[in-house]
Amino acid sequence: MVLPVLSRIGRSLLVVLLVTMAVVLLMSLAPGSAAEVILGEAATPEAVAALNAKLGLDQPLWAQYLNWLGDAVRGDLGESPVTGQPVTEAIVERLPVTLQLAVMALLLALVVSVLLAVASAVRPNSLVDRAINAVSSVFLSVPAFIAGPLLIYVFALQLGWFPVTGWSRLSDGIGPNLLGALLPAIAIALTEIAAFHRVLRADLIGTLREDFVGAARAKGMSGAYVMLRHALRPSSFSLVTLAGINLGRLIGGTVIVESLFALPGLGQLLATSIVTRDVVTVQGVVAFIAVVYVGVNTAVDLSYRLIDPRIRKVATA
Amino acid sequence: MSAEPVLQVRNLRAHIGTARGVVRAVDDVSLDVDRAQALGVVGESGSGKSVMAKAVMGLLPPRAACSGEVLFEGRDLLSLPRKERAQIWGKQIAMVFQDPGRSLNPVVRIERQLTEGMRRLLGTSRSEARGKALELLSEVGVPDPERRLRNYPHELSGGMRQRVMIAIALACEPDLLIADEPTTALDVTIQRQILDLLRRVQRDRGMSLVLISHDLAVVAGRTDRVAVMYAGRLAEVGATRSVFDSPRHRYTHALLEATPALDHERNAPLRLIPGSLPDPTDPPPGCRFTARCAQVEDDCRDPGPSMALVGADHYAACTRPVAAGDVPLPVGGGSGGR
Ligand SMILES: Nc1ncnc2c1ncn2[C@@H]1O[C@H](COP(=O)(O)OP(=O)(O)O)[C@@H](O)[C@H]1O
Ligand SMILES: [Mg+2]
Repeated sequence: MVLPVLSRIGRSLLVVLLVTMAVVLLMSLAPGSAAEVILGEAATPEAVAALNAKLGLDQPLWAQYLNWLGDAVRGDLGESPVTGQPVTEAIVERLPVTLQLAVMALLLALVVSVLLAVASAVRPNSLVDRAINAVSSVFLSVPAFIAGPLLIYVFALQLGWFPVTGWSRLSDGIGPNLLGALLPAIAIALTEIAAFHRVLRADLIGTLREDFVGAARAKGMSGAYVMLRHALRPSSFSLVTLAGINLGRLIGGTVIVESLFALPGLGQLLATSIVTRDVVTVQGVVAFIAVVYVGVNTAVDLSYRLIDPRIRKVATA
Repeated sequence: MSAEPVLQVRNLRAHIGTARGVVRAVDDVSLDVDRAQALGVVGESGSGKSVMAKAVMGLLPPRAACSGEVLFEGRDLLSLPRKERAQIWGKQIAMVFQDPGRSLNPVVRIERQLTEGMRRLLGTSRSEARGKALELLSEVGVPDPERRLRNYPHELSGGMRQRVMIAIALACEPDLLIADEPTTALDVTIQRQILDLLRRVQRDRGMSLVLISHDLAVVAGRTDRVAVMYAGRLAEVGATRSVFDSPRHRYTHALLEATPALDHERNAPLRLIPGSLPDPTDPPPGCRFTARCAQVEDDCRDPGPSMALVGADHYAACTRPVAAGDVPLPVGGGSGGR
């Protein structure tokens, strides 16, 4: 049990190292030094050299990386040369927004998609199933930058149920906070609902053909009980995998929706720092996203053991 | 038999729509299962045994059309409202399936699989159900029941799993147990233990048992009556001794002749009669065995045979039945009471 878990974590750390290395390398490949970019065209060569030295960019790449890494493991991701704010502080400030958005979108998508998948799988190719499939195809093919404005138009502008844009902090009351987050969360969730529904529907239909489902019904168990207590869990592998991957992805990239709804999240931070060529912030944010992404996926991998006892067995054997 | 049969199948048809046409898996079968008795159902693979069992248990896919009657204690399971049928399956009729490796849920502990029927159908309390589960496991010969309850199915051997399946089936004390090829997926040595176990619990509990197998040897000596199925129809039915000692239908006769010896050690396949089953979507008119029978005449196809009494508690659907007492060569099953 312990050994496979440790080796899984070891592999994850390796991935994080490689990603951060790639980030340092990519930034040095971009034309012009960071100092030139920050100081602008008019800067004197002396000023550029001085800033490069201050940022440590005059050192060889490996030394730059080691310096950066040494600080990063201590939680110091540097200071933005553009805003002067420490990068770690900027991330911590914006993380709750993105995290809340991602988690809300994911929970919403899970609840809705499980219900839809169960409704679909009860009778595949029935009218209900085909209607759900049609809706899910639409969700899947409508990207957030179209769904977002549409939702804003209908529910915020026309119906006035939600604020149009902006974010109210959790500390200012949970009601307005949830209300403000709901519409963007729905915009993100639509695609997820469709993807989750597809995966779970297919797996459920497969499971419902298994002998043990017939055996449970022969025991006199009701259809709903068989679905919830016998079929759902063994059908949830692909769903858990997908949800895990998407949670990681969402934490790193709700860029579009954050911009649309003017939400002060990580995606917005990343987008602005790319525009202002804030190398240090981009590096820090990307590294952070990589760690979260890999961390979530590791957790998902380890969670298979909870879903299927046979994996525990194989792992210990 | 004196009392009314526990299960009466009347003109049962189960036709399943497929891409290749309508499979007439069960076609006009009438059969009784007597109280506290064991009925064997034999016939080669594809003859419709499992479909018949599934029709009784309501386990056929929705695209299967059933007609006729399946009377359980006088009530027709095919037309009973869903709520009332739910009172019967699991509680009064239980089933054991072919492959215990696939009929237990791999991600649910034995304890819940064993107790959920009692808890949900009988309203037994958790601790009471647990105690009952321990008793059941001992009854079916599972050692160390305490530990087994905590196990997942993959932690048990095939034979142990099938014992657990039988315990599950017995949990609500059914009046009728249907065992569909309960040992086909098991090792030969284990097969016999499981079959003897089934017969023992059937007798101990005064329960009725339907033992389905493609293998004559499984049924011989362990059942009171036997029904022989061929291509969705019933060929012959009667007291096991009588059918095995003096088969009257040409198919049963050929089957017995093709079986090396009705010896419990052997797992004799039934595929030794030349030819194969007719196309289930387009069976021949009249008797379905005509393509493989040596004694075919026109009246076998039109009008074809109907089920007729050929001896004491012995029926056969054959136009030219084998003469009584024409014993197929290597008989072993009927001779010893075992
Ligand atoms: N779910 C199904 N869909 C379509 N055809 C089926 C299905 N189940 C069984 N059949 C067909 O019904 C016939 C009888 O099958 P079955 O009852 O399983 O035979 P047995 O149990 O006697 O070996 C076969 O021709 C088989 O192909
Ligand atoms: Mg079968």
